[in-house]
Amino acid sequence: MRFAVEVLVTLKPGLADPQGRAVESALPALGWTNVSAVRVGKHVRLELETGSERDAREQVAQMNDRLLSNPVIEDARILEVRGIVEADR
Amino acid sequence: MSARIGVVTFPGSLDDRDAVRAVELMGGEGVPLWHGEADLRGVDGVILPGGFSYGDYLRCGAIARFAPLMEEVVGFARRGGPVLGICNGFQILCESGLLPGALIRNRSLRFVCRVVHVRVETTQSPITADVVPGEVLEVPIKHGEGQFVAAEDELDRLETEGRVVFRYCGPDGEIGDAYNPNGSQRGIAGIGNEGGNVVGLMPHPEHAVDPDVGPTGGQALFASLLSQVLAGVP
Repeated sequence: MRFAVEVLVTLKPGLADPQGRAVESALPALGWTNVSAVRVGKHVRLELETGSERDAREQVAQMNDRLLSNPVIEDARILEVRGIVEADR
Repeated sequence: MSARIGVVTFPGSLDDRDAVRAVELMGGEGVPLWHGEADLRGVDGVILPGGFSYGDYLRCGAIARFAPLMEEVVGFARRGGPVLGICNGFQILCESGLLPGALIRNRSLRFVCRVVHVRVETTQSPITADVVPGEVLEVPIKHGEGQFVAAEDELDRLETEGRVVFRYCGPDGEIGDAYNPNGSQRGIAGIGNEGGNVVGLMPHPEHAVDPDVGPTGGQALFASLLSQVLAGVP
């Protein structure tokens, strides 16, 4: 079976997020003076071929730990696992 | 006999040739190593040089750690062999778990390229063994992602175990936020592993060995590395 998986990688809470801060400090210039607590993360989407949804989750969790994120500074969360039917593609 | 120091070239390494040259200027033998060949060629020490291995596309150093040669480097390090990671090499050592913490985007969000001062904090490393603690060295930095971060308890552990090797400082060794070029926690510029044989630092000692082209703060570090290797001390 083929699965589409979406992963969200974010800097751990409390860790300085220079990118988020840059966005936050640019928004007032566009008129948004009411924004705070901006954090910028990374969205990963991938497809994989495997036997079951559970198996897909397990494999992606391993990818998260070993490559997609650095567990020292980032959290990686699986947002969605969806089975793909060929007609969808 | 001269110390044989291997310098690893990854796709995107920039400072590998400078590192080889620095080793040779200081009297050692620089041995080029290729990331794709799992062969350390019998070297006595390994340098992971600066640059942008694999384009730094995912995270700095994240892909380089899976290079065939890195498995050999990790084994060499675990056996107590001296391994020095400079800049991108430091990032690779953190990504591969040989050193704690991580290097994230500079506090300023800007690439910083200038000469800084660092204070030697310990002699418990092959590159500082022959240097007097507290000595201030002039060395260049050039990085966009050099902000050293780690969990508070990890930072405390590094401090109490004397594994902070270099700290950014002023010309007279004074420590303070004004001298911290990238926002690194506790002004840390370089650290060592538990055994002291693996060291990572963001500044570039290999660009600071030739008085014709800049500061010479790197000379003492390479001299120390070479003499430690020859003495058989990891």
